[in-house]
Amino acid sequence: MSQSNTTPLETTRRSYIGWLVGLCGAAVSAVLSVPLVRFTLFPLTTQTTETKWSDAGPVSDLQSSTKPLIRTIKVEQIDGWRKNVSETLVYIANDATGRLSVLSAVCPHLGCSVQWQDGKKAFVCPCHSATFDASGACTGGPAPRAMDTLETKVQDGRLMVRYQYFRQLVPTKEVIG
Amino acid sequence: MSGARGLFGWFDRRTGLDGLLRETLDEPIPGGARFAYVFGSALLFIFVSQVISGVFLALYYVPSSDHAHTTVAYITKAVASGSFLRSIHAYGSSAMVILLLLHVTQTFLYGAYKGRRELLWLSGCVLFALVLCMAFTGYLLPWDQKAYFATAVGTNIAGEVPFVGAWLKSLMRGGADMGTLTLSRFFVAHILVVPAAIFGFVAMHVYLFRKAGAAGPISENPVAPTLPAEPFYPKQVVIDGFFALIIISILAAISHFMPFELGPRANPADAHYLPRPEWYYIPIFQWLKYWPGSLSFIGVVAIPSLVAFFFASLPFLDKRMERRPWKRPVAVTVYVFIFLALFGLGGLSYRSDHGDPGYEAQLIAQAKATEEFMKKPFEAEMPAAAEATSDPLAAQGKKTFAAQSCNACHGDGGAGGPAGAALTGIHQRFDADHLIHLLKSPTPKMMAGGMQSLDLPADEMKALVAYLSSL
Repeated sequence: MSQSNTTPLETTRRSYIGWLVGLCGAAVSAVLSVPLVRFTLFPLTTQTTETKWSDAGPVSDLQSSTKPLIRTIKVEQIDGWRKNVSETLVYIANDATGRLSVLSAVCPHLGCSVQWQDGKKAFVCPCHSATFDASGACTGGPAPRAMDTLETKVQDGRLMVRYQYFRQLVPTKEVIG
Repeated sequence: MSGARGLFGWFDRRTGLDGLLRETLDEPIPGGARFAYVFGSALLFIFVSQVISGVFLALYYVPSSDHAHTTVAYITKAVASGSFLRSIHAYGSSAMVILLLLHVTQTFLYGAYKGRRELLWLSGCVLFALVLCMAFTGYLLPWDQKAYFATAVGTNIAGEVPFVGAWLKSLMRGGADMGTLTLSRFFVAHILVVPAAIFGFVAMHVYLFRKAGAAGPISENPVAPTLPAEPFYPKQVVIDGFFALIIISILAAISHFMPFELGPRANPADAHYLPRPEWYYIPIFQWLKYWPGSLSFIGVVAIPSLVAFFFASLPFLDKRMERRPWKRPVAVTVYVFIFLALFGLGGLSYRSDHGDPGYEAQLIAQAKATEEFMKKPFEAEMPAAAEATSDPLAAQGKKTFAAQSCNACHGDGGAGGPAGAALTGIHQRFDADHLIHLLKSPTPKMMAGGMQSLDLPADEMKALVAYLSSL
């Protein structure tokens, strides 16, 4: 059946059927494409790097110290279908009233690890010499803000820390993950 | 409109697409379009659907014995529409086998393999085998109990082949036992080798089909058609499209309301597990039970090979042009007998499983374990690398590594980071003394990267170097 001998009626019928085929095709692709798009975009819509609480030790051990204590905590992060466990340093500062605060060791300037120096009674960043007092307040150097405090809670007598990373080089604390 | 027409004209002059499309759509069907002819294009449709869903499943799947089950559980329990897509893919294999049997049966009953169609039939036989290969290789990939044990049995069968059996079995498994190498092999076969072969043979099958022409109804002469022909488009295309819509709707409904399950992770030490293959392999599975010990070669290899050989050589053995089934009593009787035998074997398998209280209890326990696993929420996998080092000196050095903030730049375990180089395998480049020297007085290049000179007590330095050397 070639083009030349099709009557107008047949052309209408053909284009009607063409629509029908198109409709079938569209219905079939819709059944598959909606779940395919949802499936592909899943990691974009869920938080794939959710941080859990990390254990920093018994509160009673931490409260007696007169200087900031260094602790290595295990940070558990969900990375897709696996957990990522990394070890990170935090400082546990103890103010006059005995209230504990946990400081991230990441310098808010450019991200080096600050170190407590007993002699100077200060935190000193080894990279660009930013200094902070025992409570984490900035006392000198290029850091744009105080050392970052981390969210804490006490659970069964143990200090729990929620480890997070913060944007560097900005005067306010902004969580980046 | 004329712009679009102009563009199409330009494109057509360069590609000849319009002619190709016409050639495809104007395929003459003697006697006109029919519902009986849908199975071939339905198979092609399901195959394309399997390819698409399979490609997407690969976004999350990892073919390794320690991650495969976790990633499939992640797809099934966590990812949006994951359970639905996996079900479409898994049930799709059943749909493919059903459509394949219908396609073969239609071709057989209509005598559509007759009249210069030997190669068309043979290429179809190869496709049949390839589809069964896809089903077999895909079954292992979730690495759950039933996947593992069914494949253990399946590969054992290959071991029955005379002379080369043991070698063939090891070749399939990638060693004497089932393991992560088996999974890699099955994965490569499932997503690369066999699909590539299917693409090639589908092209050959379609080409040979067009070369021989559609056979038409049973009254038609298969070599020189006499009935007035109707083109493939539009009527047959609409029927095929409508059938595709029905298939995908059924598949989607089953996948939505009865999602394909994932069992607990494979435990090779489980001596009680009763392996059962997918339903289409059950008759063969039952058949193998009747051929113990020295007879197994006859039942497992010789008879199935003989059946396959006769099946493939059908157009060479049956050269008459007679197509009406009632005029071909021998062929039709044998075909029906084989089908009844397969159904009968399936029934016997069901009876032996449900007639024995011990078997039945175990099968119920297995189903229950699967159900319980499905109810548990997805649990992310813990990496194996997180545990402590065995050498106490290195363990002490690891603490120093953290205390001196080495990990801030060089990463945990010296894996490297944005600010510092990876330290893994560093002992191959520098010995302990050299490492101590570098730590005490870093090179200017290291200093430029932010490395600080390290002044530590000798024993702590020794521990740190022991740790670095263990990376």
